[in-house]
Amino acid sequence: MAKLHITTSINGEATEFLCEPHETLLDVLRNDLQMTGTKEGCGSGDCGACSVTVDGRLTCACLVLGVEAAGREIGTIEGIGSSDKLSVIQEKFLEHAALQCGICTPGLVVSTQALLEQNPNPTEAEARYFLAGNLCRCTGYDKIIRAVLDAAATMRGAA
Amino acid sequence: MAVVDYNAPQSVQEAVALLSGSDIKTKVMAGGTDLIIQSKSQAVEPLRVVDLKHIAEMMSYSLDDGGLSLGPCMCCAEFTALHDVEMLYPGLVEAAYLIGSTQVQGRASIGGNLCNSSPAADTIPALIAIGAKCLIVGAGGERTVAVEDFVTGVGRNCMQPGELLQRILVARPAPGSRDAYLRFIPRTEMDIAVAGAGVSVTLDSQGVCTAARIAIGAVAQTALLVASAADALVGTKLDEASVAKAAAVASAAASPITDRRGTIEFRRHIVGVLVKRATLIAKERAQASL
Repeated sequence: MAKLHITTSINGEATEFLCEPHETLLDVLRNDLQMTGTKEGCGSGDCGACSVTVDGRLTCACLVLGVEAAGREIGTIEGIGSSDKLSVIQEKFLEHAALQCGICTPGLVVSTQALLEQNPNPTEAEARYFLAGNLCRCTGYDKIIRAVLDAAATMRGAA
Repeated sequence: MAVVDYNAPQSVQEAVALLSGSDIKTKVMAGGTDLIIQSKSQAVEPLRVVDLKHIAEMMSYSLDDGGLSLGPCMCCAEFTALHDVEMLYPGLVEAAYLIGSTQVQGRASIGGNLCNSSPAADTIPALIAIGAKCLIVGAGGERTVAVEDFVTGVGRNCMQPGELLQRILVARPAPGSRDAYLRFIPRTEMDIAVAGAGVSVTLDSQGVCTAARIAIGAVAQTALLVASAADALVGTKLDEASVAKAAAVASAAASPITDRRGTIEFRRHIVGVLVKRATLIAKERAQASL
């Protein structure tokens, strides 16, 4: 099958890749671009482990075809924080021990960033509804929600 | 189905031409939240995809004196943030807000929900309640079909090969006319309707109901418009007795199945409860709009 040549932007950097029409954006990120921060959980849009943004809008990379990235602006966990400086959200996840196995964490961080860009001062209920598509089988969510609300408060204070 | 060919037409005409131009099974893609999963589950049959999201009119909406004209591929996250639409069609917006997660709403569209034609689709009863119509286009021209006639079975609709849904059209509700949608799920988020009810009511200045539409979902092979339930509301002030009667008629019209989400008896009961509560919400909204 002929591969398609796709030109896109990932975390602000112009990127090119080759993909087959059936490959999802998740396949492309993990297998072709070696950007393995985006995790594969269910592969059917239910768990949120592969949360990314496409033109600023939160979605699951497993629900997007790789070819659809053409001309779009993709945002992944690799674009949040850096190895020597974590983002506030990442720091708060560590501080509150809001993770155990860590598979859901990149997706939760991407989703939390999308939440706080849209709503810098969410109530607990608003945060829980917004993040309902990010499943975590370890923590029971309480520490995650504490981390999210603390990150929101810190970012409001810093702004 | 395995996607072997991807097309992103820039116009409806181009899309229609693509739909009839191949021997390979061809499907239209809106958000893809159903189609991509389906294509992965049966990866043997080759599939040609026509992505409609590069067609500007499929992604846009207009709202004027004539009502709402909605591009069927606009994602639910964008749709539910349209405050002018929410003012006039709060029930349709609440149905769109119930589909999947934030992530799914970033892709899934009302047109896709309609064309996927699941019996449990949340937006279908909401669309029927407000009298929405589908503008369908194909090589043979355009036609308009009421949403209650669009879905013909589980995962089936009236569209012929080569046709696509071009627009969803809804008349502008008069002052005194508003809608509501409710569904039952055993948790608070991220689930599929066990039963759903969309209701619109029109009140005159005395508070008397002059028109109503009641649609129920997930309790039959397709969402049902229950005209006899709505008739129980017309001419009343939506008092307890008339609303209870409408609920009972709607329950009787349901023909649900038993599955892991609920039994026949439970679904039949709960759909009546939803009709009653949605009617009271629509009544309150209608009063506020007078």
